[in-house]
Amino acid sequence: MAKTAPTDDHSEGMDHFDSRARRILTLWLPLACFVFVLLFPFYWMAITAIKPNYQLTDYENYSPFWVVEPTLRHIRYLLFETTYPAWMWNTIVVSVVSTALALVASVFAAYAIERLRFRGARMTGLLIFLAYLVPPSILFIPLAVIVFQVGIFDSKLALILTYPTFLIPFCTWLLMGYFRSIPYELEESALVDGATRWQILTKIVLPLSVPGLISAGIFAFTLSWNEFIYALTFISSSENKTVPVGVLTELVRGDIYEWGALMSGALLGSLPVVILYSFFVDYYVSSMTGAVKE
Amino acid sequence: MASVTIDGLRKSYGATEVLHGVDVDIAEGEFVVLVGPSGCGKSTLLRMLAGLEHISGGEVRIGDRVVNHLPPKDRDIAMVFQNYALYPHLTVAENMGFSLKLSGVRKAQIAEKVRPAAEILGLAHLLDRYPRQLSGGQRQRVAMGRAIVRDPQVFLFDEPLSNLDAKLRVSMRAEIKNLHQRLKTTTVYVTHDQIEAMTMADKIVVMHDGIVEQIGAPLDLYDRPANLFVAGFIGSPAMNFLNGVFGPDGVTLADGTVLPVTDAGAAKAGQQVVYGLRPESMALGGDVPLTVEVTEPTGAETYVVGQLGGAEVTGVFRTRVTAKPGEQIGIRIDPAGIHLFDAASGARLSH
Repeated sequence: MAKTAPTDDHSEGMDHFDSRARRILTLWLPLACFVFVLLFPFYWMAITAIKPNYQLTDYENYSPFWVVEPTLRHIRYLLFETTYPAWMWNTIVVSVVSTALALVASVFAAYAIERLRFRGARMTGLLIFLAYLVPPSILFIPLAVIVFQVGIFDSKLALILTYPTFLIPFCTWLLMGYFRSIPYELEESALVDGATRWQILTKIVLPLSVPGLISAGIFAFTLSWNEFIYALTFISSSENKTVPVGVLTELVRGDIYEWGALMSGALLGSLPVVILYSFFVDYYVSSMTGAVKE
Repeated sequence: MASVTIDGLRKSYGATEVLHGVDVDIAEGEFVVLVGPSGCGKSTLLRMLAGLEHISGGEVRIGDRVVNHLPPKDRDIAMVFQNYALYPHLTVAENMGFSLKLSGVRKAQIAEKVRPAAEILGLAHLLDRYPRQLSGGQRQRVAMGRAIVRDPQVFLFDEPLSNLDAKLRVSMRAEIKNLHQRLKTTTVYVTHDQIEAMTMADKIVVMHDGIVEQIGAPLDLYDRPANLFVAGFIGSPAMNFLNGVFGPDGVTLADGTVLPVTDAGAAKAGQQVVYGLRPESMALGGDVPLTVEVTEPTGAETYVVGQLGGAEVTGVFRTRVTAKPGEQIGIRIDPAGIHLFDAASGARLSH
């Protein structure tokens, strides 16, 4: 074959589709709009949290889009003059414990439905899913009665025990999908190797499901962290409230909105979730896009 | 090491029976291959030996223990799966030592057992790798290593080579056979590939539609197939079947061609028979007319597809065939390659 003369043209087949103007128009511009829409509320929240009060409503002398003399007054007020630290602590405890409870229950439920193949397994799966479809805005009334009767009203336990009602169905379905992607032969192989059901679950299935467990955990954690209706209904005293409820009920006095403190509270309250996501984003993505590979 | 006895084994899923009473005796140290087309029940049979499928009827004995109701872990068997079933989150060494770890063997001891097994299989330098970092052949070896380490009574292989490419399959075939000769562990091996069965087995069990068609040594099956199914299944290219009527001169085909028969066996004059003809038993230079349709030279041999007595036959010739399509050539037939079967029952008539 004849030698082809080397060229300094680095173009590859379809390069003409990728001219710079075209890329800006089809890729970067829509992406920029998207990012702007997504991030603007956070920006607004962040600048409001550090804006002195006199700038908040004075649009004539100060631009609403940035801060001239940033201050930590709102945050100091929030941390030292309100019960915000207690709300934070409550939210952390409630979210962590209810997520843990939901994960344990979901692992067992999902594994049993997916792999033990008992009579009615499919039906059980379906019922669990139906339970997820009932909206909390309907469920909170009967649940409130139960919470009252059991005597855990206005305590962390009220939330820790009610959050799993929506966390478990969700996590169970997510994990069922994940367990289904684990090849059956692995479990049979383990069975022949002498493992018991429990050992198969703990030594084979769970280690392989770590990405699934992490994304179920993140979901559950975020859902409980942001939960509003139950927290609003089942908690009455200020020191037992969670962040979403506390910020709204304690920092809005009548028709006076303490915007600075409100936004500081929202900002601080969203940080833990952001940190959690950024740690596990790889696992999270892999569990959404890929199954167990040998 | 132990013998395995399968006695009247049945399996049904609901109302559908897929195994209709299978009897196989496997001697200590024997390499037995279960072969048959897909859906014949061979894998189900193996899984019943392993304890992964419930036994609907009959009995399985390993050694002199009836294992019908024992869970897999108490049967003292090791199984190699088609897709290897290596634990992706464990290293090669951990994979191989997994069963020992489960039974509470100490770490040092596990390492002592894993190392020689890895050396036998040429895996010693890969012990710290994960399955995803290995090639298909290496994974297959790890799966075998996992079985070897346990030193079980019986090895079970479920189509272990079907995920490998053709070349690797041939070399792994030799490797498994070699391994068996070394360890002498009783082995039951399932495949749909009759070449694998022929090359590896001490004894072949040909299965079809949930029953055993024939059990025997590879060459016995080739030389004396018990019925049409076995005759057509064993051997490649497959045996040619020609319908005809048996008479004193031989078998008369539909178009009047008479083919010679030396071993008529139980055939009676006037009986409808199937004349089985091994492709390899044809040679050039005889008086049986064959109209050539296609010639396929492979170098060492030439495959000829043609018309003989109104039916299509395939012949394998050691000599080169120069005939053009449409030409008629005369062939002679080696009597050893002729098998007569009853047309109605398919049973063998020749001795």
